Amino acid sequence: MSTAEAAAARAGGDGRAADARTPTLEARGLVKTFGHVVGLAGVSLKLYPGEVLAIIGDNGAGKSTLIKCLSGALTLDEGEILMDGVKVEFKSPTDARAAGIETVYQTLAVAPALDIASNLYLGREVRDSGPLGRIFRKLDTRGMRAKAREQLKDLGIGTIQDITQKVETLSGGQRQAVAVARAAAFGSKVVILDEPTAALGVRESGQVLALIKRLRSRGLPVILISHNMPHVFEVADRIHIQRLGRCAGVVTPRSHTMEEAVAIMTGATTLDGPAEGGNGSSGVAQ
Amino acid sequence: MTAVIESTGEVRESQELGARVQHTLHRHPAIGPASVLVASVIVFSLINHRFYNATNLSLLIQQVAVLATLAIGQTMIILTAGIDLSVGAAAILAQMVMAQTAANNGVPGPLALILGIAVGALTGFLNGFLVTRIKLPPFIVTLGTLSIYTSIGLRYSGGASVYASAMPNALIWTGNYVNIGPFQLTTGVILMLVLFAVTSFALTRTAWGRHVYSTGDDPEAARLSGIKTSRVLLSVYLVAGIIYALGAWILIGRVGVASTNNLTNANLDSITAVVIGGTSLFGGRGAVLGTLFGALIVQVFQSGINLAGVQSLYQVLAEGILVIVAVALDQWIRKVRR
Repeated sequence: MSTAEAAAARAGGDGRAADARTPTLEARGLVKTFGHVVGLAGVSLKLYPGEVLAIIGDNGAGKSTLIKCLSGALTLDEGEILMDGVKVEFKSPTDARAAGIETVYQTLAVAPALDIASNLYLGREVRDSGPLGRIFRKLDTRGMRAKAREQLKDLGIGTIQDITQKVETLSGGQRQAVAVARAAAFGSKVVILDEPTAALGVRESGQVLALIKRLRSRGLPVILISHNMPHVFEVADRIHIQRLGRCAGVVTPRSHTMEEAVAIMTGATTLDGPAEGGNGSSGVAQ
Repeated sequence: MTAVIESTGEVRESQELGARVQHTLHRHPAIGPASVLVASVIVFSLINHRFYNATNLSLLIQQVAVLATLAIGQTMIILTAGIDLSVGAAAILAQMVMAQTAANNGVPGPLALILGIAVGALTGFLNGFLVTRIKLPPFIVTLGTLSIYTSIGLRYSGGASVYASAMPNALIWTGNYVNIGPFQLTTGVILMLVLFAVTSFALTRTAWGRHVYSTGDDPEAARLSGIKTSRVLLSVYLVAGIIYALGAWILIGRVGVASTNNLTNANLDSITAVVIGGTSLFGGRGAVLGTLFGALIVQVFQSGINLAGVQSLYQVLAEGILVIVAVALDQWIRKVRR
């Protein structure tokens, strides 16, 4: 790919077309330090409706810190987060969740001894609408199971037949599917996935990637953190490259090859050419 | 040739059966203890015809009421991957407060009862506070409060016993007989059964119950799911303390005397009932209903071995074997994988 072609792809791929829309989630100049250690040194990003934004970076580049700030697990030192153009403040994961941001952590955060339906509704159980629910706080177990079954079917997770199966009896990919389904069910605005394919085999990874594409096709934007370049290049619309606590640039699978992205990630090269329109311009590598 | 094929087919069939049994037990933890209970009742009935009659069975249930009640609280705490060694001490303290305030300080019966329940709640709250706020392991916390509650109970009562004759009706009410068909139960037994029904409902049918299970199963996952695990733990210890006090009330009705010498083995006996009842010591797995069966199994063995004319030390031996078998079974069940 020549330089001219790359520049054209960049401009057409994500630059101007995206600028017209209001980002679902926007971060401006995020700073987070831990004592003398700088986790984030002024990172900005934009997430548009219906896109998959991958965040890649070496260990210690600030990927985890970045998503923890976006999901409310960490509080910011500086900078601001906007949702649909309105400034928001997350003091806890509960705040972010209330704003419609669902995060699937690498540890999955599922309760192995509970069944699938209970896990989907863990922490936001639905009470029975009858007197048993009002007075004795009885749960609407049947209703939750029916909705959970529907949710899994909608996402095309056909391998799970029995919704009352305990999560610990599921395979790694199925557990991941349950965690993603939970995020998709409640993440009305944004779904953040932290290394969803890290512990999975080839076939199971494929299922999770298909799941991510289905979320996108529903118009739900996804932030995907991954070390796996083929997976990133398969599903991502844009790729935010994090390096040394800064954004080293935003590329697309059309504008750059895997090798080029890795080179930017490791600092072997910098992102040349014009700055990326509005997409993470403040973080372009110096 | 055909014989070989048949035998491998049989092996596969038996493996499948094993897996199916494992799955069923995994899903319904109370089935195991329930079948052991039924089997032991049948065996002891065959050994001695005096075992299976209404009088003996009624007595058996009356004898188990106090321990089974205390074991409800113990089950809830073990479900959160904790343990409570202060069960007996907390119950005795609540019992002495009920009896003493009524008999010596002239407090009306119902109020003395409420005072005792409040003291039980306080003991549970202190345990829960130390576990959730000071972040100490439940084993250490309750080992400490075992001594603390015991000494407070002794200091408060001066080691003196209070007899039923000195107590108001409200306190000895749990000893009143209730005849149901050929069975002679007590109001204490009914109260125990009601407590099992209520806690079983709360643990399996409410959001709070799911939060208790998930907190014991994987506290980090529960926290990330938006569950306030500290609050859940604190509530469990608090409720357990209240249940211990209700157990103390049943105890007064059962033995007719409030004494610091009661319930000397309550700690280990309650843990035994919970474990035999199929609740995992690692938390997150089990059911209070299993604990009722567990407590009944221990009592059935006690009664059955006595009636069979065997030395009571074999009853202790049998109890030890049951505990080990129950935990081994739990390990096997937890290995379930697809």
